[in-house]
Amino acid sequence: MAVKVMRRRELTFWEQLYLPQILTGLRITFAHFFRNMFFHTAHSLGLLKQFAAAVTFQYPEQPRPLANRFRSRHRLTVREEGTPRCVGCMLCETVCPAKCITIVAGEHPDPNVEKYPVRFDIDLGVCVYCGFCVEVCPEDAIRMDTQILDVAAYSRNAMKLDIHELMNPALRKPLPEGSCTLKFPHVCQLSGGHVKGSWEEVYGKGAAHAAPIHPGHY
Amino acid sequence: MTDVMTEVAIKLAVVFVMFFGVMNLAGLHTWIERKQSAIIQDRIGANRASIFGFRLMGLLHPLADAVKMFTKEDLVPAGADKVLHTLAPAFSVFFALVAFAGIPFGDRLVLGDRIIELQPAKIDIALLYIFAMLSLGVYGVILAGFASRNNYAMLGGLRATAQMISYEIALGIAIIGIVMVYGTTDLQEIVRGQGGNYWGWIPRWGIVVQPVAFFVFLTAALAETKRIPFDLPEGESEIIGYFVEYSGMKFGMFFLTDFLETILVACLATTLFFGGWQVPYLISDGFHFPWGAVLPVSQWTYVLLGVTSFSIKVLVFCFLFMQIRWTLPRFRYDQLMNLGWLGLFPISVANMLVTAVVLQLTGGRP
Repeated sequence: MAVKVMRRRELTFWEQLYLPQILTGLRITFAHFFRNMFFHTAHSLGLLKQFAAAVTFQYPEQPRPLANRFRSRHRLTVREEGTPRCVGCMLCETVCPAKCITIVAGEHPDPNVEKYPVRFDIDLGVCVYCGFCVEVCPEDAIRMDTQILDVAAYSRNAMKLDIHELMNPALRKPLPEGSCTLKFPHVCQLSGGHVKGSWEEVYGKGAAHAAPIHPGHY
Repeated sequence: MTDVMTEVAIKLAVVFVMFFGVMNLAGLHTWIERKQSAIIQDRIGANRASIFGFRLMGLLHPLADAVKMFTKEDLVPAGADKVLHTLAPAFSVFFALVAFAGIPFGDRLVLGDRIIELQPAKIDIALLYIFAMLSLGVYGVILAGFASRNNYAMLGGLRATAQMISYEIALGIAIIGIVMVYGTTDLQEIVRGQGGNYWGWIPRWGIVVQPVAFFVFLTAALAETKRIPFDLPEGESEIIGYFVEYSGMKFGMFFLTDFLETILVACLATTLFFGGWQVPYLISDGFHFPWGAVLPVSQWTYVLLGVTSFSIKVLVFCFLFMQIRWTLPRFRYDQLMNLGWLGLFPISVANMLVTAVVLQLTGGRP
């Protein structure tokens, strides 16, 4: 292997004087200072808003624009009548490397749908945001496009999302009493984990036979 | 008796003005440091601290800092010398503060038959006094390193002491040129000596007669006050300095000392090289412009203009020091010593010799 000798460049006399080089450096910082000061002053007078005086995003008030493909908090897509598109195939639960998805499938009254999730929980404290669940879903039922980043909680339990929050990304913890608007039978964490709702509320009386849902905890 | 009381009251008022101005400016320095660096680096800077929703451009952050400093736990390492450990930051702040007593911030104010010198203490050897106090500031540093019972702090203290003593020599010799030119160590007289103009239009400021001394002084002063690019003693996040074992307000006092010394150096640079409270073309009865126009001003206006001029010059220097801080990278220790002993020291000696020769040839005052 050939050895390449790197020789440090000798400083010229001008550079050794040091003072001119300091002035060169100061010119750069002064240029930035006065340019930014000018625009800050103009902004405070309401002028020249199209030129930024700083690259800062004032985060909570001014969120940084995210790419469309950015993987953020999950959501479950919803059918027209307000039921989840999910057919309870368990592919996402199976593929999840962090094992953060818990699904309990129930019978759907529509013979073309067959199943739906009675319970669909994601533990965000465990999720690694790999997006495999989105990739694997045959029904486009789960997406990670809510652009919600500020998932934070004081306890591990509060990091767990249930079907209410997954179907309605606008819901944020702590969920208020009675914010459950889901009509189909589901494990309602808002009312103590009991199964709530019936298909008759979704489709009207006698429109479809109500699938038997065993009461109790899932 | 009442006469003495009035004298004391006037003196206290003058001292208060100086103290108030200096302490506030030192407090503001944290704000200036944050904001100026932010603007240089295309950022916005600290602006979140608020009272009732008023943010005041981050001006409340120094306040929040002070509250934080005072409420933090004050740790003294086991086995450390408690007395010296507590004394060290007090030493630092004390000597930095008393040095300001020699700085004249305005011309004399004549009220009836009473002459008020706008200088906290009228000392004939003010320059020597200030340098003595600056040197005594080393004690705070070395005591902090020594009393912490921490080898790193000890080394940091020694490093800082070596640096400060090395640069003090260049600093002192650079000043000798000024002392020779104006023939006094009384700062008020030095400032008076800088009144008037050369050839009718260049102010007779120290920088005109002693430009080399100015640059040596500025560099050595930056090193003396441990500012970047000479902040080897501190370098908070990178180098273990002499105050590793300090927390809470004791650490805050070292920080305050730093800012105080920066302001002191700005005051000195102003006083020695930029005419102190002198306003160009202004003498005690009014402006005398080089083109012959005369604009008379009252005595109060004259004094106030002088104080304003002094404050502005000091602020500009503080700004410049801050700008340099955010422009230059830190020196290596050997580079620092080389610059001090092989660069600034010979230059300042040469400057002194040349000044002496020129003064001898021209016969006295320039």
